[in-house]
Amino acid sequence: MPAKTTAQSGVDTGSTQEPLLSVKGVQKIYQVDAGEIEAVRDLTFDLRPGELACLVGPSGSGKTTLLKCIAGLMGATAGEVVLSGKPVNGPPKEMAVVFQEYGRSLFPWMSVRDNVELPLKNAKVAKAERNRLVDEALEAVGLDHVPRSYPWQLSGGMQQRVAIARAVAYQPKVLLMDEPFAAVDAQTRADLEDLIRDVWERLGITILFVTHDIDESVYLGERVIILSSSPTVIQEDIQIDLPDERDQLTTRSSARFTELRGHVYEQIQIAKHNTGASAPSNAAGGSPSTVAREEAE
Amino acid sequence: MSIAKRAAFLLGLPVLLVLTWWVTTIGSTSFFVPKPGELAQTFVRVWIGDRFFEDVVPSVTNLAAGIVLAIVLGIGFGVLIGSVRWLRALTEPTLEFFRALPPPVLVPVLMLLIGINDSMKIAVIISGAIWPVLLNTIEGVRAVDSVLSDSARTYGINGWARVRHLVLPSAGPQIAAGIRQCLSIALILMVISEMFASSAGLGFTIVQFQRSFAIPEMWSGIVVLGLIGIILSFIFQWTERRVLRWYHGLREVENAG
Repeated sequence: MPAKTTAQSGVDTGSTQEPLLSVKGVQKIYQVDAGEIEAVRDLTFDLRPGELACLVGPSGSGKTTLLKCIAGLMGATAGEVVLSGKPVNGPPKEMAVVFQEYGRSLFPWMSVRDNVELPLKNAKVAKAERNRLVDEALEAVGLDHVPRSYPWQLSGGMQQRVAIARAVAYQPKVLLMDEPFAAVDAQTRADLEDLIRDVWERLGITILFVTHDIDESVYLGERVIILSSSPTVIQEDIQIDLPDERDQLTTRSSARFTELRGHVYEQIQIAKHNTGASAPSNAAGGSPSTVAREEAE
Repeated sequence: MSIAKRAAFLLGLPVLLVLTWWVTTIGSTSFFVPKPGELAQTFVRVWIGDRFFEDVVPSVTNLAAGIVLAIVLGIGFGVLIGSVRWLRALTEPTLEFFRALPPPVLVPVLMLLIGINDSMKIAVIISGAIWPVLLNTIEGVRAVDSVLSDSARTYGINGWARVRHLVLPSAGPQIAAGIRQCLSIALILMVISEMFASSAGLGFTIVQFQRSFAIPEMWSGIVVLGLIGIILSFIFQWTERRVLRWYHGLREVENAG
């Protein structure tokens, strides 16, 4: 089990532990022919070890840009990302990423098993250990029956499970997920959400889950970070005080879920009209706050 | 498909063509068009025996060396040029220039530079056969999917591992298309390389027959070239089906969906 502090709404729970991942004043400006586009203005937040946080924001709010900066796939224009005390300059070893486009993130020329095994092979993990990790990961995502298939022989949801298995087998400290379930059907999505909660509880890894789906963010997360429109700042950072044991039926129909969902929805609506350019300077410097930005309306 | 059915498809048209040829030449006395039976006899007499080892084997050896080197060099430089942006910008116009040169005009030049020997012949084959492989590899390497590339990077798959596990397989279908073209160009150039200042080889022998009005013999030489072409094509298809099995499967799934 991950070390978790009891989630309490509006109370600072992050200060007792060293953050595992720190995003410090990250800004990203793209140089295009027409000049500059500021995708991300100024983002600062910390992730504690073992935390499951969801980043949610309106579409076009620079979520993917931010995730790429955190993953070390893209350099930030200003600010830095620190993982376990070390600044991120390239993709760090302790991090794995699951992308939205499952069809384009698995190697189509390799079997399911080879796909999961390749990062371990590349990291020179011994064969016995490698086999154990691959078997465990495939079992954890419920795919131990199709190791020889090619990814494209599987359904979309199963392909995304393979991508999750690959990430899990790699034993990262931080798992980044970029709208991983945006392209699968609703029922599969519910299954995969429960899978993520299950994997997170069993393995105690830290997960940063990017989504545009408000329900999904509230259902999955211990904490939801709401982003503004581009250029992006943090709109709000809230703790989700739902019980740890979550269930598609009971959790989603609980009063507290509806309340939190409504609150996030409201914030997103505000966020749509609120960018870093028009918002008052952002107060959320790593400490979660629930100050709704009424003044921005 | 059953073996009998496959054989029928394979041999159906050739049999029909030979039959037509046979029927239309029954009463023919043309000096330039031999009858099928005559040609078959000539074929056996001319090519089965010493000539096979003296002319066919050396030619085919040069052809094989030329093809292998063209493929290896084409893929090697293709991966390099395709992966390095400034190298691509630097080399692309020049490559277009060299690609546009018809390889036969290089034969005299290469004869002077290398001398009249097998190396020259292999060089002629490479000079023409490398382009489809090289240019297709460059394109294939450039077209590696960005998400796949990001995935590989996040798992620390860099350098040689990246080439082996990501770049080469991903460019595979396009490289195969280049190799297919490379084979037929190589066969043409094998013949041409033997037509000038040569004293052995298939190209030399066919030209020799032509000049001495040994018409059935000349035709039988052309049949040998055709057979080499078929064998090359079978080897290619057999290999391609195995190496790119994933690609054909993926395409089938995509087309069905």
